[in-house]
Amino acid sequence: MAKFTAKPDELSKIDFTPPRTRWMETPVEIREHMFCHAAKPKELDVVGFPNGHEWRPQDEDWKLPENWERMLLEKMSDLLGKYRSFKVFMDICVRCGACADKCHFFIGTGDPKNMPVLRAELMRSVYRKNFTAAGKILRKIAGARDLTVNVLKEWWYYFYQCTECRRCSVFCPYGIDQAEITMMGRELTNLLGLNIGWIAGPVAACYMKGNHLGLEPHTITSSVEFFLDDIETITGIRINPSFNRKGAEILFVTPSGDLFANPGTYTAMGYLMLFHELGLDYTWSTYASEGGNFGFFTTNEMAKRLNSKIYAEAKRLGVKWVLGGECGHMWRVLHQYMDTWNGPADFLEVPKSPITGTVFENAKSTKMVHITEFTADLIKNGKLKLDPSRNDHLKVTFHDSCNTARGMGIFEEPRYVIKNVCKHFYEMPEDTIREKTFCCGSGTGLNASENMELRLRGGFARANAVRFVHEHYGVNMLANVCAIDRATLSTSMDYWVPGVGVTGVHELVGNALIMKGEKERTIDLRMEPLPGKEGAQ
Amino acid sequence: MGPIFALFAVIALVLVAFVGAGVANLHFLFGVVIPYAAFAIFIVGFIYRVLIWWGSSPVPFCITTTCGQQETLPWIKQSKLENPSSTSGVIGRMALEVLLFRSLFRNLKTQMVEGTKLVYGEAKWLWLAALAFHWSFLVIVVRHLRFFIQNIPAPLKAIEGLDSFLQVGAPLLYISDAVILLAVTYLFLRRVFIPQVKYISLAADYFALFLILSIAGTGVLMRYFLKVDVVGVKELAMGLIGFNPVEAKKMQEIGVLFYIHLFLVSSLLMYFPFSKLVHMGGVFLSPTRNMTANSRMKRHINPWNYPVHVHTYEEYENDFREKMKGAGIPVEKE
Repeated sequence: MAKFTAKPDELSKIDFTPPRTRWMETPVEIREHMFCHAAKPKELDVVGFPNGHEWRPQDEDWKLPENWERMLLEKMSDLLGKYRSFKVFMDICVRCGACADKCHFFIGTGDPKNMPVLRAELMRSVYRKNFTAAGKILRKIAGARDLTVNVLKEWWYYFYQCTECRRCSVFCPYGIDQAEITMMGRELTNLLGLNIGWIAGPVAACYMKGNHLGLEPHTITSSVEFFLDDIETITGIRINPSFNRKGAEILFVTPSGDLFANPGTYTAMGYLMLFHELGLDYTWSTYASEGGNFGFFTTNEMAKRLNSKIYAEAKRLGVKWVLGGECGHMWRVLHQYMDTWNGPADFLEVPKSPITGTVFENAKSTKMVHITEFTADLIKNGKLKLDPSRNDHLKVTFHDSCNTARGMGIFEEPRYVIKNVCKHFYEMPEDTIREKTFCCGSGTGLNASENMELRLRGGFARANAVRFVHEHYGVNMLANVCAIDRATLSTSMDYWVPGVGVTGVHELVGNALIMKGEKERTIDLRMEPLPGKEGAQ
Repeated sequence: MGPIFALFAVIALVLVAFVGAGVANLHFLFGVVIPYAAFAIFIVGFIYRVLIWWGSSPVPFCITTTCGQQETLPWIKQSKLENPSSTSGVIGRMALEVLLFRSLFRNLKTQMVEGTKLVYGEAKWLWLAALAFHWSFLVIVVRHLRFFIQNIPAPLKAIEGLDSFLQVGAPLLYISDAVILLAVTYLFLRRVFIPQVKYISLAADYFALFLILSIAGTGVLMRYFLKVDVVGVKELAMGLIGFNPVEAKKMQEIGVLFYIHLFLVSSLLMYFPFSKLVHMGGVFLSPTRNMTANSRMKRHINPWNYPVHVHTYEEYENDFREKMKGAGIPVEKE
């Protein structure tokens, strides 16, 4: 595969003219740089996924199992029976097109099959043919078509060009959620062994080792050791966190990405510093060392299997409640799925901040609190000494992650925290934030490297809004509460808006936090000089 | 292709009624049998769609699409309608959605300017036309109740009065008649002229529009231009709901245009449960809108939740015990 080299000005020339041929007669073209490599059979075997086999998306022959049509249609029937959302969303779309130009992939590619309505029609057409009287009788007139290899390829290509961000569902007059349809599409492709490596690998790693990155227990502790060394260099304070400690009050779970790569690592340092300063009785876990859930991008069952570790570990360690770090889809799962799958967590207590005494009533069943809820409460109650001037070199904007925005609604908490630790905060245009926020372009396990064109095109809308505040207010830092964002927006910013960095909210907190007994700080968590301290070292 | 096919389909329906009632004098068929059958198909089909087809599938997860601030710390203001954590909030959200098309009101137009800049502009025409269409349709349906009630009740008269408050024409022009024709025409034109919308449109989308346009059109023709025997229509309608059809001679006197209108309405009723028009019921059942966003406060039950294979802590420790001990991590078994 040739390296992706297209320049931003080439990529932003987007043709929105639909093809001359109607969509059913326009076969899918599996384009280089727009798709991810296939999953390896061994990655699927680890977790018992069916039909793992060697295949390549660009090949003519996908080496599908015999009877694959019947398998798919049976599975589809099964899913229709399990999810009312699936049935209703198959039936009620009127094709008004309100969702069309709301999708970041459509905006970035101009490909009509990336309009949520049409991406859904790819599946509706097969639904009509097989599950409705009108489709069986009137066929094409009713928008029905047979399930063929080409249709399956089209499903695969476009259901892995959707990040389940749910922006379309905000604008749909019936709340039709493409994420639901994509999830069904991925259940179906997964059935035939047509998963992608970038998802299947982390799923297998998470299942066996506890986290997507496959960090083994000693690697986790040694990664954290590195952070502790850096924190000591910066603050003069040696922190001593615990792992898998029974009897701790709080279990802390965060995406493993925060332990692995910049700038997520700085966010992890922020957590460590905050918890140390509070004297929080908490523990990390190496078994439940993943907040994120790539299983969510395969099958519902797999997501549940991975998620089960959090409550299991909380129970084993005997903690009172669980605190969750900054991550997007992790919070959709924790907020809307975890309790249903693996609850009730009746062995835990309703979360109560040991510092402020605040009881988190909104998490009284799941017993899991979002870190920005926790920190916002600390700041509101005056429990933190903060020096926001340490972030004075930053002009910050905030990117709402799709999942925390539209699958949770956590808008004010992170903003409140940011505004208390930074003096310069600027919002992006209102149609691109909060419930109308744009995806980073690489969610749902699409943050591979071989699909770089897709990622950059998908990230174009978000980057465009950042560019606006960059040009108007000099914004140079894009804050967010998502590990995938921290990884992928860095790539997107370097490409579309050079000069804008990416940070987690708790990195900013870590910088501003005045710790007891700390030495005079001259550098920030990135080991770069603090404003006004450039000559200090 | 799509619009032309749909147009011919509607013309065919008109011709069937014209030939059937106007030429072959099958008034009993078109005035009694088909309307009864259509109504029965509509009721049974719609109940089947909502209660049996949709209703038989559970809602396994609480998948509210949250469009505002969650319920959180007491000093942060919750968006109670856009992210409702109580039943009253959900009722309010659904009322806004069903009565005012709140989500469609959010509509934006995304445009590329100066080559590479995205801008988001107001786009309220679709919302306005959709709202105008649905409300005028409702008013027209309600107005038609006068054909089925002997003594017209005051609320119905009030609606008629409001609908004709312009006091123009004889008979008085109903605003809803004009609005529905304009709104449906707009909805049709945008399907044809907006390239993306044209690309996604199916024959079925045009068919529904043409069918409704032809129903409204024949209705308008009857009221304002080619008068039919309104007294006869009322007698026929009263006969239908009393299960006591009027005699054949009276049916003949009404005029063929009425039978065309009635046949088109019957077609719409029969088509309804098998088409996208079921969004009328579906909007109430859409989980992203009708669910309470309280999934961390109250456990949502999935009726088909089943035990799954997990990788237990014990298995994990067996895999990594020595490494854990080496790293100073406590273990269960030494």
